[in-house]
Amino acid sequence: MVKGIQYFTRKFIRGITLLIGLSILTFVMMQCSPIDPISAYVGGDTSLTLEQRQAIEAYWGLDRPPIEQYMTWLVNLLKGDFGISKVHGQPVITIIKEKALASAALMGISWLLSGLIGFILGVIGAVQKGRLIDRMIKWIAYVQASIPTFWMGLVLLIIFSVWLRWFPIGISVPIGVASEDVTLLDRIRHLILPAITLSILGIGNVILHTREKMIDVLNSEYVIFAKARGENMWQIIKNHGLRNVALPAITLHFAYFGELFGGSVLAEQVFSYPGLGSTLTDAGLKGDLPLLMGIVLISAVFVFAGNMLADLLNAMINPRLKEGL
Amino acid sequence: MKKSNQILSVQNLKISFTQYVKGLNTRRITPIKSLHVSINAGEIMAVIGASGSGKSLLAHAILGILPGNATCDGDIIYCGEPLTAEKKIQLRGKEISLIPQSVNYLDPLMRVAEQVKIGLPKKDANKRQQELFRRYGLKEKDGDLYPFQLSGGMLRRVLFATSVRDNIKLVIADEPTPGIHPEALSAILNQLRAFADDGAAVMLITHDIVSALTVCDRVTVLKDGKTIETAKADKFSADGKGLQHWYSRALWNALPQNSFSIYEEVQACL
Repeated sequence: MVKGIQYFTRKFIRGITLLIGLSILTFVMMQCSPIDPISAYVGGDTSLTLEQRQAIEAYWGLDRPPIEQYMTWLVNLLKGDFGISKVHGQPVITIIKEKALASAALMGISWLLSGLIGFILGVIGAVQKGRLIDRMIKWIAYVQASIPTFWMGLVLLIIFSVWLRWFPIGISVPIGVASEDVTLLDRIRHLILPAITLSILGIGNVILHTREKMIDVLNSEYVIFAKARGENMWQIIKNHGLRNVALPAITLHFAYFGELFGGSVLAEQVFSYPGLGSTLTDAGLKGDLPLLMGIVLISAVFVFAGNMLADLLNAMINPRLKEGL
Repeated sequence: MKKSNQILSVQNLKISFTQYVKGLNTRRITPIKSLHVSINAGEIMAVIGASGSGKSLLAHAILGILPGNATCDGDIIYCGEPLTAEKKIQLRGKEISLIPQSVNYLDPLMRVAEQVKIGLPKKDANKRQQELFRRYGLKEKDGDLYPFQLSGGMLRRVLFATSVRDNIKLVIADEPTPGIHPEALSAILNQLRAFADDGAAVMLITHDIVSALTVCDRVTVLKDGKTIETAKADKFSADGKGLQHWYSRALWNALPQNSFSIYEEVQACL
């Protein structure tokens, strides 16, 4: 029990320092960025007078020294206030809540799909090692690993939305329909292509890792012994294979949260899907510092939580860690 | 020795491996050149020889669990019929059982009771497993443990429990004794004796001639992938004059409790 408390304290401190470091880095980078938030805000409007410009600067606090700006932001954050988005004029936390839901649906589905499909293909590849089907699966994994997400998204858009017209081009709801009239089916239809794109992003890795680990397991002494005891291939996979491969696969897949988020930024951009990813890009391009910092922090917490879950799950389901203490 | 009594007969067994050397060039190595072993029902045949003499490969060849790059020639006759690849698959775990060399042959993530239950009839697997545990001096609650939580000696006993099945005719014990303290050692050897007394043929592959001799009926000596000699256990006594081949005598007399000597023939090789 004491060990558990120590563990969480250490993790917590590490998480907090990570967030502080990350927020400083983001802030400094935005300070160095060539994008002037005020020009980005007013767009191409050249009629802006110097007085008006200074008024906006003063309103946003940009006339203060950077350290003071950062400290003000940090103090407000500690009070639970993420600030107001410059572009949207809404509290950052409201925007994040709204977009996070859309992103969570997208990432959740992709995470499950890539994990399941990748795992199954990896196991098949290992069992059929060297045969045609294994070579095909390996080929898929390598090709996938070398294809950029946005390109994959564009190809899917061209095939399924433009040529076949099966799915809408973008956004998360139909255009010209009042938000209360949008059905769940509409939302799902808009979700399918981005979700497929994002799933494909993760599959290659999962396939290759699962396949490699399964090949190790199939060459292990305990599988040789299982054969000697008369177990057939299916029994070996059921009794020993899945058991020994699932553990590293699950750990790895939780640790994959970071890449998943990175991929969602690109996938959302291609499909104009209004989730956290595309909002983040937008905030960066328009110099919307509070919104950018908010999303960066939330996504860091998300990735950090993924890694921590991976550790915890491993400790909970791996008997060598669970009962070996 | 009646012919009908013979469970296993291995004649002219040859095992080769294909290896890759430097890129795509392959070469074949043949660690097993010419092995002959035969075992009768109710008999323990000890198979001895130095490391690399091919003892374990012999066991794996009989069970059909050699790696994919191995090819196997020669005749393996089981109960009067050739032991084909299909028959190996059909018989292993049912009539032919292996007691493996190392405790790594147990699944690290499966509770040991479950591992013993594999291959037992589903209906009374629980009951049978508990009986086997009692028979091998394992407690019922030990069954809920994973291999890493048991001692080496206990794992040996679990491995024994996995090999006991209703219709076993041939037991192949691949070095079941290293690292075992003397009492457990004699318990293990007595178990093998019990298998034989129940009518099974037992192949005991080992380094340890002295303890093997306490239970075995005959001994086959291997050297560099060839059978050197098969002799009755009682020939291994005094100065080993009853043994035909100099290597068998050398092996026997090199033991500390015998003359601890190096033979002239061996000296010539050094």
